[in-house]
Amino acid sequence: MTKGGRLGTVLGLFLVAVGLVVWAVASFLTPGVPGGVVNFVNAQAKGQPVNLTVETVGSIGFGAHPTWVSYLVKNPTTGKWLHDTSWQLPAHTLIHMTVYQYDSGSPLRNQEWGQVQGTVGGTATLNGKTFSVYNSNTGNGVGHTFAIPQFNLSVPMVGVIGSATLCGVAPCHTSAPHNTETFSFMTPGPGSYNWQCFVPCALGYLYGNGGAMSTQNYMGGEVEVVQ
Amino acid sequence: MTTSQNSTSNDVNHLRRITLIWIVLSIVGDLLYWFLVGPHVPPGRMTSTAKANQFDFNVLFLVAWPVLIGIWEYMLYAVLNWRSGKAGVPESVGGPKAAENRKLQVSWITITTVVVLLLAVYGTVEVVVGKGSGGGEGPNPIWQPAGAVKAETAALAGSGTWAPNSNDVLPVQVIAQQWKFTYRYPTFGGFESPELILPNNTNIAFDVTSLDVIHSFWAYQLEVKADANPMENNVAFTKTEQLGSFEVRCSELCGIWHGAMFNSGSVLSQSAFMAWATKTEAANAQNTQYLPPFAWTYTPDANGASGGYYPDGNLTPYSAVETYGSKQPS
Repeated sequence: MTKGGRLGTVLGLFLVAVGLVVWAVASFLTPGVPGGVVNFVNAQAKGQPVNLTVETVGSIGFGAHPTWVSYLVKNPTTGKWLHDTSWQLPAHTLIHMTVYQYDSGSPLRNQEWGQVQGTVGGTATLNGKTFSVYNSNTGNGVGHTFAIPQFNLSVPMVGVIGSATLCGVAPCHTSAPHNTETFSFMTPGPGSYNWQCFVPCALGYLYGNGGAMSTQNYMGGEVEVVQ
Repeated sequence: MTTSQNSTSNDVNHLRRITLIWIVLSIVGDLLYWFLVGPHVPPGRMTSTAKANQFDFNVLFLVAWPVLIGIWEYMLYAVLNWRSGKAGVPESVGGPKAAENRKLQVSWITITTVVVLLLAVYGTVEVVVGKGSGGGEGPNPIWQPAGAVKAETAALAGSGTWAPNSNDVLPVQVIAQQWKFTYRYPTFGGFESPELILPNNTNIAFDVTSLDVIHSFWAYQLEVKADANPMENNVAFTKTEQLGSFEVRCSELCGIWHGAMFNSGSVLSQSAFMAWATKTEAANAQNTQYLPPFAWTYTPDANGASGGYYPDGNLTPYSAVETYGSKQPS
């Protein structure tokens, strides 16, 4: 190879290496929003309350783990149910949340999560009735919680009667046994937060915290709060 | 004068010079560190154990700095004065002649042995005097502040009390669960809260346990760190000495949301803490009545969703021995 050719090769490889480093650093510094995130920011006028609707189902009925318990979210634009637990919410905004809970319940491992925390007024509604504490040792128990620890938000999702024929394939129709819960909370400033269920509900896994509880897109996810 | 005498005289001069420079640099460095850096070294001075930890770190630095500067100084001195290219520098000497310097060998072994043993003794004394230095001591702590046994016994019996200026030890239970710490205050009706609020100038007994896997309670600014094991009560002590906020983190990789398992806490004045505790006790009263009686450990249920944490007679618990209450109130 000629001297010029060698020089060109070295220079080319050097530029490729520099490009890779720049790309890696830029990717690290600008994580952005992961693909598949459900955007609630543009669903309404700036500053207006956001409606966030989700459902919980005992077995999702499709995908890689059809028997796993899961949350689903309603796309604010199309109204379609999505199996996606990464959401983008506007900062400093009131969020009106509705949860359709299609799963059965049990006594909580820690009754602390039976208390409504961090919502507007410290309350939620269960099928239209306001409550602030649910005794999970009674009735159908609690199936799940919706909690964003960094918001100090936690709401118990009261279970439906276990002996009923429960919805086993999501998205569920409201004709299936379910509870409807509503509550509101304020988002803080921009940042990345996580949300999760505090009921160890991954049936068949030790302590119930494996499987769906330890896999993204089932019983926990990310909340990206943006300005 | 013979060549041998010249060489010895030069060696002594070198040694004197190196020693003098070393002493000056050591003293100046240690003084600068002690007064300028030492007071700002983490974890700060929020608690007795944090203060002791900062002090220990500073003492270790005072000991380590002369060693470090001695090595650097010698290297630099050797490079400047004994590099091979310099005129008049004799060939380096090794082999048996170097091994003959018994004085140097004995000095080296003696000094390093004394330093290591002193630090070992110092560390041990600090752990004993510091009542465990904020580390988890297991269910039966060897070192504990006065009044701890009384306070812990009363907490378990449900008869514990605490009031401002009482000098009583305040037991606080840390309950780890995937993926959040919650805290129970047995002296205030046993309410449970996701907030960790502490009174100032008070001995705190942290009773750390877990509901599932192994976590670790780490309140860095308090200098308290105790593993949270299921079915174990790991006790750690500290005394709050400064108002302010601190952060709690789990320091044991415990699952998918381990990185999000943190919260902040506060040390308030005793009166402010009393107001918070009384208010929270009242606000949580309804939920507290559904909690089981206060106990050191809780029986996890391996079946997860198919079994409740609090045995109610209808569920099959993981352990044959229930340590956390009995049948729940209906």
